[in-house]
Amino acid sequence: MNTAVHFTAASETIVWRIGMSFVAHLINGISLGSVYALIALGYTMVYGIAKMLNFAHGDVIMIGGYVVFVTVSGMGLNPLASIIISMAVCTVLGVTIERVAYRPLRGASPLAVLITAIGVSYFLQNVALLVFGSDTKAFTNVVTLPNLELFDGQLVIKSVTIVTVIVSIIIMVGLSLFVKKTKIGRAMTAVSEDKGAAQLMGINVNGTIAVTFAIGSSLAAVAGVLLCSAYPSLTPYTGSMPGIKAFVAAVFGGIGSIPGAFIGGILLGVIENLSKAYISSQLADAIVFSILIIVLLVKPTGLLGKKIQEKV
Amino acid sequence: MKKKMLSLVLAGAMTAAMLTGCGSSASTGTNDASAETAEDASATEDTAATEESAETTESTESNGATFKIGGIGPLTGGAAVYGIAAMNGSQIAVDEINEAGGINGMTVELNFQDDELDAEKSVNAYNALKDWGAQVLDGCVTSACSIAVSAKTAEDQMFQITPSGSAVECVANDNAFRICFSDPNQGSASAQYIGENGLASKVAVIYDSSDVYSSGIYEKFAAEAANQSIEIVSAGAFTADNKTDFSVQLQQAKDAGAELVFLPIYYTEASLILTQAADMGFDVDFFGCDGLDGILNVENFDTSLAEGVMLLTPFAADATDDLTVQFVTTYKEKYGETPNQFAADGYDTVYTIKAAAEKAGITADMSNEEICAALTAAMTEITVDGLTGEGITWDASGEPTKAPKAVVIKDGVYTAM
Repeated sequence: MNTAVHFTAASETIVWRIGMSFVAHLINGISLGSVYALIALGYTMVYGIAKMLNFAHGDVIMIGGYVVFVTVSGMGLNPLASIIISMAVCTVLGVTIERVAYRPLRGASPLAVLITAIGVSYFLQNVALLVFGSDTKAFTNVVTLPNLELFDGQLVIKSVTIVTVIVSIIIMVGLSLFVKKTKIGRAMTAVSEDKGAAQLMGINVNGTIAVTFAIGSSLAAVAGVLLCSAYPSLTPYTGSMPGIKAFVAAVFGGIGSIPGAFIGGILLGVIENLSKAYISSQLADAIVFSILIIVLLVKPTGLLGKKIQEKV
Repeated sequence: MKKKMLSLVLAGAMTAAMLTGCGSSASTGTNDASAETAEDASATEDTAATEESAETTESTESNGATFKIGGIGPLTGGAAVYGIAAMNGSQIAVDEINEAGGINGMTVELNFQDDELDAEKSVNAYNALKDWGAQVLDGCVTSACSIAVSAKTAEDQMFQITPSGSAVECVANDNAFRICFSDPNQGSASAQYIGENGLASKVAVIYDSSDVYSSGIYEKFAAEAANQSIEIVSAGAFTADNKTDFSVQLQQAKDAGAELVFLPIYYTEASLILTQAADMGFDVDFFGCDGLDGILNVENFDTSLAEGVMLLTPFAADATDDLTVQFVTTYKEKYGETPNQFAADGYDTVYTIKAAAEKAGITADMSNEEICAALTAAMTEITVDGLTGEGITWDASGEPTKAPKAVVIKDGVYTAM
């Protein structure tokens, strides 16, 4: 009788412990996923409207991170002020990139634009390498709220995770409303559907695309700050891997769809972390990228993507 | 069709532009580096000049035979710190030996050449040393150069002993030996140290599976852990593409009840691991190898997190044994800074050569081939008490056997354990 009671108690603690570590992995996955979601929102925004893959997006994030690093650690500014400066710098950077590198190629084949984007990405990485050097900078977490501790500290949820999830939800909702309700937003939708017709209706196509880049890049600054706060290491290559994963997330959720980017990002982060924990930490990336292949094979429009009928 | 062609050409041109873009920025990078080295070089020239004058006065004093040791290491460039330290350490040993009457009555001369961390230049330096009449080689300081030169020394039958070339291949040839632990042997040495000092019985490992240094150490650690009754409760790997988020590996270590986390990795990733472990409230001991040396210098890293981190290193400048105290005092007097592990390796290298030469009864009239054969045989018979370990012995493979030493970070400095 006694042993039976002991047995159940023991098995309960084991179940409890396994469950607890599953929850911890899940939360870490959501933390990673919410960063992917933030980056994917920028990707999907630009793709949805300008119909181009801005592979330099990840590197704009890196620049955003460096701006905050320099202003907070170097100049001792208030983190909030430095985030605003970083957003401004990234907005200017994004609009400049669009003006200098992408606008002259508006009529060219998508391949040429794609390769230019890769070129811009390398350019930004090398500029950062020249200016800041190759050594890793330890980023100061700008989210100074206390961590949330549950069950006597058995489960710790980092405050930066909570902030990132909340920020990405706010941005997702805000962007959706912006695109649907405002005049510029509707102009964006028009441009994305048919540039020529939009122009005939009196919409400034170049201006609209520039605004898209401005919004996308200022989001990149926010993503950069939260990425570097969650994983506090900053190198010129910080943005490239998360950038590519966020691209996978955007495709997964349905590229061009704003809620799709959010859901895709969160799911991808959770899948990556759970496969790291329960399958193999070395195969996690392979699993993430095979998701891209499977999505492209099975449902090319992604989870929430709209199927667009090609006009004949 | 034409349009397609045009876009293809454009695409090609852009790729080319992109590539040249990378190329040019890379070369500017090197320019920067060489500018830095210019400063180092001028500093080294000064020290080199003073040394040369010191040498000449010594050799005129004693009219006996000389024993010529050639040395090679990076005295300029990014790794100049290592080369200069090894050179200075070797020079102190040479001076001490000459003061005490030399090796078998022969005055020792040291000629240390710069290889700029370049394997090709290292071979050139070796050729220059041969012309000078070097009889044994103290070098090279770095692994890649050491490997390049060891092919030549094997050909010429020149006895070679590297102070700090830690790659496995450095001592592949019969005539090559080393003072430091090889990369993977740091793994077994760490397991030994943890086991013998009872630091922990449940150990988690976080290592970089895409890096030969890290995975090599891990394999040897795992093999030796079994002998030390250390249980490896979790082994979390990461790769070069995935080295910012360690939450999964740390969570696994925590769930498995690890008392100590072994980090056979470099300090950049280690600093992230320390930060993330603190964030998740995982209070545990950390132990690493020489790759962790430098963790206190990571920009903006909260060094209080590194308190209590232990690392395997052959030399701690604040150790209180007579040999270390005397060496550190002399080094500070002569070169104005605290010696690092490379200086200690260089010092031990010269004393090892002395011990082997005395054992083998080397005389001035022996040819390099005879010296090499005699020293190679003598190496397996000698025992050296050095700065980097007591009772160091060698086997024919060229690997040293010595008790591992470790330091702990206390109040922001490395402290002998």
